This record gives sequence, structure tokens and C-alpha cells, in this order.
Amino acid sequence: MRGWLATVLKPVQSDAPEREAADPARLRPARLRPVWLGVGLLAVLVAAIVGVSYGPVSLPMSAVAVELLDLLPGVDLVSGLSEREQALLVQLRLPRVVLGLLVGGLLALAGGCYQGVFRNPLADPHLLGVAAGAGLGVTAVITLRRGAGADATAALPLATPLAAFVGAITAVILTYVLASRGGGDRSPSTLILAGVAVSAFLAAAQTFLMQRDADAIREIYSWLLGRLGTAGWRDVLLVLPYAVVTVVVMLLHRRDLDVLSVGDAEAAGLGLNPQRTRYVLAAAASLGTAAAVSVSGLIGFLGIIVPHTVRLLAGAGYRTILPLSMLFGGAFLVLTDLLARTAAAPSEIPIGVVTAFLGAPFFVLVLRTSTRMRL
Amino acid sequence: MTAPHPVITTRGLRVELGGGVILHGVDLTVEAGEWVAIIGPNGAGKSTLLNAVTGLVPATGVASLFGRDVRRMRHRERARVVAMVVQSPVVPPGVTVLDYVLLGRTPYIPRFGRESAADLDVVREVLVRLELRDFADRVLPTLSGGELQRVFLARALAQEARLLLLDEPTSALDIGHQQEVLDLVDTLRRDRGLTVLTTMHDLSIAGAYADRVVLLAGGRVVASGTPPEVITESMIATHYQARVRVVDTEDGPLVVPIRTP
Repeated sequence: MRGWLATVLKPVQSDAPEREAADPARLRPARLRPVWLGVGLLAVLVAAIVGVSYGPVSLPMSAVAVELLDLLPGVDLVSGLSEREQALLVQLRLPRVVLGLLVGGLLALAGGCYQGVFRNPLADPHLLGVAAGAGLGVTAVITLRRGAGADATAALPLATPLAAFVGAITAVILTYVLASRGGGDRSPSTLILAGVAVSAFLAAAQTFLMQRDADAIREIYSWLLGRLGTAGWRDVLLVLPYAVVTVVVMLLHRRDLDVLSVGDAEAAGLGLNPQRTRYVLAAAASLGTAAAVSVSGLIGFLGIIVPHTVRLLAGAGYRTILPLSMLFGGAFLVLTDLLARTAAAPSEIPIGVVTAFLGAPFFVLVLRTSTRMRL
Repeated sequence: MTAPHPVITTRGLRVELGGGVILHGVDLTVEAGEWVAIIGPNGAGKSTLLNAVTGLVPATGVASLFGRDVRRMRHRERARVVAMVVQSPVVPPGVTVLDYVLLGRTPYIPRFGRESAADLDVVREVLVRLELRDFADRVLPTLSGGELQRVFLARALAQEARLLLLDEPTSALDIGHQQEVLDLVDTLRRDRGLTVLTTMHDLSIAGAYADRVVLLAGGRVVASGTPPEVITESMIATHYQARVRVVDTEDGPLVVPIRTP
């Protein structure tokens, strides 16, 4: 791991002292370095091309690249793919990859944001109970919808993300209140323990709803384990507006998260309104989580894995962490989805299972470092 | 410019927190260029007074900075006239000295904007002045207590505020570093025309550095004046329940604890 890291970091590191030597007075504040932005965009591009090329039917990558360019307005190229292959690419694989980029980006972004808002390295949409709250919201909609008949679905296409958002916001408030009332020691684990309690409660409520409607169990269960796109472009369109709001709000406030990191009293002394900033950002993170959960179920640990890796590689400032988490989160989920689709082909492993396999050991790692460094 | 107004004016400043009254009507005036030390036993309300002066805790009564009601100032505007270093500031992990000090420029950076070259110039000057230039790329948790205290001070100075509030600036430092930090504050005060309000535990140190001392006990000002006027054996016996001998020196009163006879 260390050797691999060293190779990746080498060009960046060898370049830095030279510039510093050329201009010793140069101060380099933590900003998003163009190199890292480039690496992030490249990761997204590579993941997208790999993601659409591989599957039960593999398509030649060069033809896929040409076909994707052909989709751009004003570009007219011939890829040589058959009509069936084109349909597979554009109607099935592409929406799935785009959804993966959106959901992965949102979950990683939300994780990074919660970590800043709560000044807690362990914060994550799932560990805070936010995802469980969103899950309960979605379950309620699915069961109610079945009770009301199909018409309700047509009348309320946006009900799912909204219900998820209400559930998510309720959960994060519950967790926060529980943690600040219950634990006086303000250690990172207090908040997570509160999140576990809230999660357990909400999951129980969700199971209760599920059991009352035996027919819905299958639908809910397959959604619950995490999956990317069975509905093609419809899911993408459903999540897109929420994603845009979340991303814009968070990226506008990314410097405020750095200010919050010095503590509330100091942040207020620096001219920030810490409470208001925290509310706005927590709401944005919950909205993003809710949107992601409502289309793709419970995909855990992205909010821990991605922001911490970014922090380790590219720097600690939220101005770096947030945008890069979004890019790498998207790329990571698309590749994870590829693994989930192909590892046990022809059947699919639920993607939430794969991220949990990868994420749980990583969480233990973060827990160990954060206790040692008393983050 | 603002000569007619004192830097700090409070009249009948009263603070209630968690059902208890912390400050019972405090009157305090601090003139431009003064160094005033607030002393008093634990729980006297010293830190609360600093917070109330900056409007960070809800208070009733008058609290004004440079003649303006602190509660009517906008957050950012207030952050440009008063900079505060709290007693034990949060040390954010993974943040470099440079980035931490740059946070002091927050009140000047446009909302949703980024720091300008001018902001970087201010920070560079502060880092050089506080001999932190070589530490710019170091991560905060790797610094020693004395270095950290200089970094906190640097962040406050980067705010370019004319009033500096320091809550127990030396409580975590050994005697050498205490002197180093306080000498630095004193030099900066003279060079930059700053006004300084500090809370202090160590009475001898308070007497050595402050122009004026305010003794706070039970949320009330019980004495105020030059160090020799306030730091006396009887005052300390009454309000600290401590047995001390006060020795007058040319640097101010020296407080020596004595054992029960």
C-alpha cells in the first residue's frame, strides 16, 4: 500500500520543492490543486468508459468511446456497433453508469460534509442514521402506494425522494439531539452511538411496515440492499435536481467548513454564524443522501472510504476534500457496481453488499487512527 | 479616528447562563492602547465577560466596541474590530500553520470567495513577525505548546483587529514561554497600537504586564485600578481565600503564597 502510494505521489512531491526553491517567499495555501482535479476527472472518465464497456456482453472500448462522443451534440461519428449494442449501451449501461456517478458522488460528498459539520471523522450518512431515515421514508411510500393502487404512483413521481428527505432530516436531528443531550464527553463515538440507536429504531419501524405488506417485501428488500438503476434514465432524472441543489450548496460553503473546523466560538469570532452554517450544510447533506437512497437503496460506507482517502492523498482542507470526494466517489461506485455485476455473473451481487465488504475494514482503520490521534 | 470613544464600554452588563447569573451588572471601560487584565478566582465570570464583550453570549445591559453596540454589529464587521483567542482553542487535525492563520482573514474574504494576494501578504507578514515563517507548512498537532500559542496569536493578528482579547493566553505554558508570548503581545501592542484585554490566573504576571487590573469575584467587579492598588494581601485573602504575601517590586506586585503558620 505504501509503495503504491509513493509511486502515485512522486510526481507531485518532486515538483513542489523545485517551485518553493525558485521562489522561497511563496506560500501555498490549501486549495484544490489542478493536478488533483485532473486526476479526479480522469478517474470519472475511465470509470465511465470501463463501466459501460464491460458486462455480460463486453463491447470494444474504442467503439464505446466513439459512440459516446457521437452522443454529444454536433458530433457525428460511426462507431461500428450494431443497433442492438447501441441500444444496450445507451438505454441500459449508460444510465446505470451516470446514476452510479451521481449516487456515489452524493454519498461521498455527504459523508465529507457531515464530517465537517459535526467535526467528527466517523460521521457518515449511514452511521448517523440518515440513510435509515431515508429508507423508512421510501418504505412508507412504497407500502402506501401499494395500498392506494397504481394511480398514486403516477400522481406522485416525486413523493419518494421527498419522503426520503423528511426521513433523513428527522433522523439527523434525532441523532444530533440524542448525542448532545446524552453524552457529555463530546467524543466522536458518542455521535456514532446515537446514530446506531436511531438507525436501529428506524430500521425496526421499517421492518414493521414491511411485514404488514407481504407483497411489498420483495420490492423493498431488493431496493434495500442497494442497486443501481433498473429504471434507466428515469432514475437519473429523478435524482438530478436534488443532486444539483446539494452540490451547489455544499461547494459554495466549502470554505465555511474549514472555518467551522476551529470550533464554534472561534468560528463565530471570525465572522461566521456557526449554527446557521451547520444547519444549511446538514440539510444539504441530508438532501443528497435522501436523493441517493431513494433511487439506489442503502449503499454504505462510501461517505467514510472516499473522503478519508482524499484527505490522506490530496490534503485536509474541505476545499479539496469536497470536490474530489464527489469525483472519486462517483468513479468508485461505478467500478464497485462493475464488480457487483460481473463477480458472480450471471447473477448480480447487491452493490451495498460489496461496499460493506470494502468499507467495514476501512471504518475500523479510521476508528483506530482517529482514536490514536484524538481527532 | 475613534478617539472620543473608549475601545470597550460596558454598563450593567448581565449574563445568565443555564439558569444561573454569571455576571451581575459589570461596568468596564478600556481606552485605546491600554492593556487591561481581568483577574479573579475560578468561576468569577472572567471568560464569560470576554465573551459578552464580543457579543458571543447573550447579555443585557450596554456592551459597545468603539462606541457601537456590539449586538447590532454584523458578524463579519465585528470580526474586523475584535479578535479573540479562546482559552484552549480547537486544534484541527491535518491543517497547516499557513491555512490556520489564513482563517483569520475570513472576515475580509467575500462570502463564497477565496483569499486574495493581499490576504496572503498580511498572513506572510504576521508569520514573519511571529517567527513562524519556517513553520508555515507544518501541521498543527506536531507543534509544541509555545509554538501553538504563537500560531493562535498569529491567527488573531491576521484579523487585523485593533482590539485583542486573550483568554488565559499562557495557562498551558512554562514560565519561559509565558514571558515570550506576553512580551510579544506587549511589543505588538506598542507597534500596532492595539488594545489588549486578557484574563489571567497568575497574579504576578498580570501585575507585570497589565496597565490596569480588574478584579472580578462572583460576577461583580470588586476592584479596579493599577496593579499595586488591586493586587494586595487583603484583596487576595478576601476574594481568593488564599494566604499570600505581596512584595512590591519595580515590575509590579509579586504574589508569594505562604503555608499555614
